[in-house]
Amino acid sequence: MTLPHAPSYAPSYAIIAGGDSRAFPPGDPFLAGAVPSEQAEVLIFLAGAPFRSDPARTAILIELGCECLGVHTGEAAGEEGSNVLGLARWRNGADPPSPLVELVRQPRSADGAIAAARDVLASAGLTVVVVADQAGRIVDRLLRPKLNAALRFLDEGLASAHDMDVTCRLGLGYPEGPIERVQRGGLADHHDVCRALFEIYGTAAYAPARRAVVAAQRRAHGVG
Amino acid sequence: MSVGAIRSVGVCGAGGTMGAGIAIVAARAGFRTLCHDTSTGALARARVECTAFFDKAVARGKMTAPARDSALAAVVPAADLAALATCDLVIEAVFEDLATKRALFRELDAICPPETIFASNTSTLSITEIASGCGREDRVIGLHFCLPAPLMRLIEVSPGINTSADTLHAAWAWAEACDQTPVRTQDKPGFILNALLVPFNNDAIRAVEAGVASPADIDTAIKAALGYKMGPLELIDLVGLDTQLRLGEAFYPITLDPRAAPPPLLRRMVAAGHLGRKSGRGFFRYDGNAMFGS
Repeated sequence: MTLPHAPSYAPSYAIIAGGDSRAFPPGDPFLAGAVPSEQAEVLIFLAGAPFRSDPARTAILIELGCECLGVHTGEAAGEEGSNVLGLARWRNGADPPSPLVELVRQPRSADGAIAAARDVLASAGLTVVVVADQAGRIVDRLLRPKLNAALRFLDEGLASAHDMDVTCRLGLGYPEGPIERVQRGGLADHHDVCRALFEIYGTAAYAPARRAVVAAQRRAHGVG
Repeated sequence: MSVGAIRSVGVCGAGGTMGAGIAIVAARAGFRTLCHDTSTGALARARVECTAFFDKAVARGKMTAPARDSALAAVVPAADLAALATCDLVIEAVFEDLATKRALFRELDAICPPETIFASNTSTLSITEIASGCGREDRVIGLHFCLPAPLMRLIEVSPGINTSADTLHAAWAWAEACDQTPVRTQDKPGFILNALLVPFNNDAIRAVEAGVASPADIDTAIKAALGYKMGPLELIDLVGLDTQLRLGEAFYPITLDPRAAPPPLLRRMVAAGHLGRKSGRGFFRYDGNAMFGS
């Protein structure tokens, strides 16, 4: 098991803001630690900010949504990688961001860039894991099929929403069950994540469950 | 049969961890609990387990000494299956094999009074199939306890196609009388818990296989993002990779759900003897109580 990463030195970082950041919304303490970009060893482009490469920086982080890092950097038959990394802070819909940051690397990503990025984020108290540039990274890749299955079980009458949630809390020690989690995060939001994953994986597990599709359609009609 | 009529409970397979746990749950709630196992040695060990559990409960202030003495007095070894003739409810926790469970219920049908309810603690098999041909299909029900049974409050209650409403109500009320939390599920592979958990765990193995991240980072991510106490790979190591393989092999042929199919990496690790904590190595290495990223 990995031990908590406790960097002895945290590189300076600058925030390049764009549109709405899901990772670091206004008021997030991480934003307060930023320095002007000309002084920063690490540049962090939040969602919506136009990305520009800068090989002179130790690391450049791009906030990702459901897309892969390669969308921003381009890919080169498995040889891609530089000082540019992806960053995704997991959130359940409109919940506050979790402490988890998935740091996305490519096959030839610079080790120094990964180490610097990890130090910047861990110094702010975030939990950092390093992930390959694959759709859904870790959490959405594993969680979304389970939520789809729970929604399908609900439709099929396997058990009530209450009983499924109680089973997961009491039987597995989860803080909440799958139905309460997906409902709180928003079924339409779950639909959007699943659509993005289904486009890449093409497997039934990622096809949005019927209730998620209904929620997305209601949102489209302005009634959700 | 109403729950008020359930006074005596039989546990078949009481020499195993799950069976002994179920016996503790029943005895703790004041039910006379007859413990049967084909192995008398296992039955003796189960008695020791029960005593140790109740002693610890007293030491931790969870139970009074007189309550412990009453609970222990309620636990009665029954080496002869015929002794279960006095039981109002018989719960089987024997080897997870359809033929074994069906044969047991047929044998019990000839021993027990017609009103006795038979319950199966199966985690993978169909209650309807287990009940089929036993002679009292309307009085057979699924009562799936979670490990460790004395500590986990949940019981999945699953009626088969022919289970009567009276049987369901009596089993439900008995679970509540044992201070457990029953949830109702249909008689489908894995009920709720394993239907959600087994494919999820397989997906975590596939993520390792696909090079998404290290096992340690996968577990860290799931715990940090979702608040789970244990990561999926740590959990698989705890329950055993061979058990995860067995569950996948039980579910996939029935459900044809690709997520339930055992991943190739799981098969290779089991073949290599990397069974998890029990063998000292699974997705992580274990040295005494320490755990290291594999």
